[in-house]
Amino acid sequence: MRLSYPSNVKVVKLPCTGRVDVLLILRAFESGVDGVYVAGCMEGECHFLRGNLRARRRVEYVKGLLEEVGLGGGRVEMFNMSASQGQRFAQFAREMTERIRLLGPSPVRK
Amino acid sequence: MIVGNRKDFKEILEKLGPRRRVLVLGCNECVTVCGVGGEREVGVLASELRLFWKKEGETFEVREHTLERQCDCEYIDQIRGFADEYDVILSMACGAGVQYVSEAYKTKLVLPAVNTTFLGVTIEQGVWSERCQGCGACILDMTAGVCPIARCAKSLLNGPCGGSSGGKCEIDNETDCAWQLIVDRLKESGQMERYEEILPVKDWRSGREGGPRKRVREDLKL
Ligand code: SF4
Ligand code: SF4
Repeated sequence: MRLSYPSNVKVVKLPCTGRVDVLLILRAFESGVDGVYVAGCMEGECHFLRGNLRARRRVEYVKGLLEEVGLGGGRVEMFNMSASQGQRFAQFAREMTERIRLLGPSPVRK
Repeated sequence: MIVGNRKDFKEILEKLGPRRRVLVLGCNECVTVCGVGGEREVGVLASELRLFWKKEGETFEVREHTLERQCDCEYIDQIRGFADEYDVILSMACGAGVQYVSEAYKTKLVLPAVNTTFLGVTIEQGVWSERCQGCGACILDMTAGVCPIARCAKSLLNGPCGGSSGGKCEIDNETDCAWQLIVDRLKESGQMERYEEILPVKDWRSGREGGPRKRVREDLKL
């Protein structure tokens, strides 16, 4: 499809978003990233049935943790798209990049 | 198991005050199962502390360590070698664990990171519910295996009260009326005649009202 998305987005591949763990996201922030988003399959279409639903709940939980520590819950998000929706993938990458740009660099990276 | 809730991060920070060398100490038993103070939760709290202090530009040292139990001295002794390197031990065990660690490290500040709440069961993954208040004189035989002390809002020994409606307690419509459960189970198990027996006033001295309790088994002593 030759779609382009912002080069600042680093992709971490997982077998299923059900593998996304609260600690995994926190560690990413500790390492200094400005934001994290989870790109899962459409709800109801998880190959492992509920992986993406669980991921969403974990992302919500991390939002609360990031609020607590003062980084702001907006730095983490969950998006759903199907494997064939490359357009949507690129669109969310741009949306998230824009959102993070407005929030500025992570205060952890000082 | 013993069930608790993590304290608010803000409260933990306040209690830590200016101390920046922190040993976050987990426990592998009940608090692990109820997702409040095991290795993972130690990781989450330690990560929160690191993120917060990094953001504030502070220097700090946070160590994560989880013991098999914090209510047995042989495990507590395992941190003897490095506990002194930290200003504070932030215990994620139940209140018993926090106290026992603090007894073992008298010169150290030991702080609780968890609010210990009840003795209960896992209803489903991620949901726990209270079952027992450790009254010291169990009456479950009289109440078809449902504890009115822990599960009736008024701890009524002869219920239900007038607030029982549609199987729910008057405190909120999410909470089952313990006495409705008792009557249902008495019926199910063919013991309805039990319901006619008036339970006598309970002697609360076997419970907390009789002061701190202790159990001794001479035959088990070394
Ligand atoms: S009667 Fe007492 S010991 Fe038995 S379950 Fe209730 S509180 Fe616990
Ligand atoms: S409604 Fe039931 S559980 Fe609630 S206080 Fe009355 S008897 Fe106890």
